[in-house]
Amino acid sequence: MAQMNLLEAIRQGMDEEMEHDPRVFITGEDVGPRGGVFRVTQGLFEKYGPTRIIDSPLAELSIVGVGIGAALADLRPICEIQFADFIHPAMNQIMNEAARMYYRSGGTWTVPMVIRAPYGGGVGGGLYHSQSVEAFFAHTPGLKVIIPSTPYDAKGLIKSAIRDPNPVLFFETKKGYRLIKGDVPEGEYTVPIGEARVAREGSDLTVYSYGMMAHYAMQAAERVSQTDGIEAEVVDLRTLLPLDTKTVLESFKKTGKALIVHEDNLTMGFGAEIAAILASDGFEYMDAPIQRLCAPDIPGVPFSHPMQDYFMLNPTKIADAIRDLAAY
Amino acid sequence: MIGIRIPEPTVEVKPLSEDIRRSMLYKMLQIRYTEEKLQELFLANAIRGTTHLCNGQEGVSTGVAAALRKGDTVTCTYRGHGHALAMGMPLKSLMAEMMGRVSGCCRGKGGSMHMTDASLGLLGANAIVGAQLPIAAGAALTAQIEKTGNIAVSFFGDAASNIGAFHETLNLASVWKLPVVFICENNRYGEYTPQHLTTPVEDLSIRAISYNMPGVTVDGQDSEVVFAEFSAAAARARAGEGPTFLEMKTYRYRGHSRTDTGPYRPAGELEAWMERDPIKILADKMIAAGQLDQVELEELTQSVQREILGAVEWAQREPYPDPEELTRDIFYEG
Repeated sequence: MAQMNLLEAIRQGMDEEMEHDPRVFITGEDVGPRGGVFRVTQGLFEKYGPTRIIDSPLAELSIVGVGIGAALADLRPICEIQFADFIHPAMNQIMNEAARMYYRSGGTWTVPMVIRAPYGGGVGGGLYHSQSVEAFFAHTPGLKVIIPSTPYDAKGLIKSAIRDPNPVLFFETKKGYRLIKGDVPEGEYTVPIGEARVAREGSDLTVYSYGMMAHYAMQAAERVSQTDGIEAEVVDLRTLLPLDTKTVLESFKKTGKALIVHEDNLTMGFGAEIAAILASDGFEYMDAPIQRLCAPDIPGVPFSHPMQDYFMLNPTKIADAIRDLAAY
Repeated sequence: MIGIRIPEPTVEVKPLSEDIRRSMLYKMLQIRYTEEKLQELFLANAIRGTTHLCNGQEGVSTGVAAALRKGDTVTCTYRGHGHALAMGMPLKSLMAEMMGRVSGCCRGKGGSMHMTDASLGLLGANAIVGAQLPIAAGAALTAQIEKTGNIAVSFFGDAASNIGAFHETLNLASVWKLPVVFICENNRYGEYTPQHLTTPVEDLSIRAISYNMPGVTVDGQDSEVVFAEFSAAAARARAGEGPTFLEMKTYRYRGHSRTDTGPYRPAGELEAWMERDPIKILADKMIAAGQLDQVELEELTQSVQREILGAVEWAQREPYPDPEELTRDIFYEG
């Protein structure tokens, strides 16, 4: 079993898929010899050459649009958006074209593509290099939206995403790229899209999260277990769309208390959907008001580092919220 | 009388064979009278929603489609009935789609603005201005990587040359030398507004210069000129020499959409363009060459009209989609 970080796991997953399927290629800004700004594609240009690792213009609309056309015509593109904040110029291509193509063509054209984008704050990036944008896409039927929090899941899910015959958005916590490390087994495996994972079992309450915040939620759960004897179950959603409502509800039936944690801002965030599902389908199991711990509703992650700290969640803030909910 | 400037061909325009001419004439008549019938059905509320008709522009779609090969792919605009029919979409498939029937080309989910047919390489008409350009470039990328010798074509209007997608795509296609041909159908109006109020250049082909790409302004009313200019661009693309931008000067006889009568047109403009009708131009050449006479043309027209009527009557008897169809085809499960 090899230890690797999140970034290396994603790279290895893409590398393996490129090895066994010659239709897979990567395009995006500086993905070639540079290896991407975060070095996720490092070494792949040397291995696969310029026809499979293709540097693109700094123009997200066309990166995604070209990916859609290539996917329609047989290839398996992986389009890298350098920062999730830069995905907005490509919104029309993703929402109007990729997501709707299979439906609008009456089930004849499929768009088997992956769009990867590093998301999230805590790295001093300021308003346009720190965004969490998953809620826009999770509201778009026809897309699949994945946000892994461990190297094991990241590798298994990027492989599933590349093999999936539908458009998949794959968001990667940039803060966690090198921070999050874990075991990744030798040899072939995949992680199915659409399945949440009970990352930690507990009986007092459930923390629902994904990505970097799922990683922090695990730390917070361990901390309150040691300091307060509170046993929090942690459900790592892994896939937001399609959502594994079964696992979400099963955990709630067991604990009756829900704390939903995401780095994206509160209002109309993904947590609202989880809360709605628990309220409508888990009402009789509810022992406490459903809690959401999310970023404040402000236009962006401010630059000044103390302000960034006010904005960002961390294990301490999550642990405090767990204690509050457990005490209800 | 408003004068129409006719661009000079940049390649030799040879008379096409009688077979190709006959086939193009048939297609243009089919498009023309389909559009006429659709307008009639819309105004009678026999078809719902809206529509964007291409009467007057038939020379462009027909001249291009006649020079396409199997395996080539096309994206086009919401004024796209002509592209679909020129590429060979069966009338019944188009008519059923117009009427929201399950036997339509998109099982009734697309409608007038979104004709799609995988078997023809028609990647789709698009209701978002300019969105179809990068998709065609992507299909061209596949052809380039897989060395299929196929090309991709994207049709768009004059107004789309002002949108970001146009510029991003021409830039990328040129720098990657993609086998794609960009075909601007310049019908002089972006929706209800004349080109000169929205666009600082008259010949849009000039925009190709900044992408180091050949740009040609073409007489879009003469289907043989369209065929010749497009064939040259397609040959360049197939030879690995990269994309071309063809600006087709053309005109739509109808307004932007169903209820628009075109009151913004200068007096005499429509009539001047109708003098350069693409069907008339080709038919006159065929008559001059002894390949057609007025009686034959009349018979062909009537036979096309009967075919259209047959497709309409057939489509009207086709079933609407079941409620289950609503949630079908969100994800491909295969």
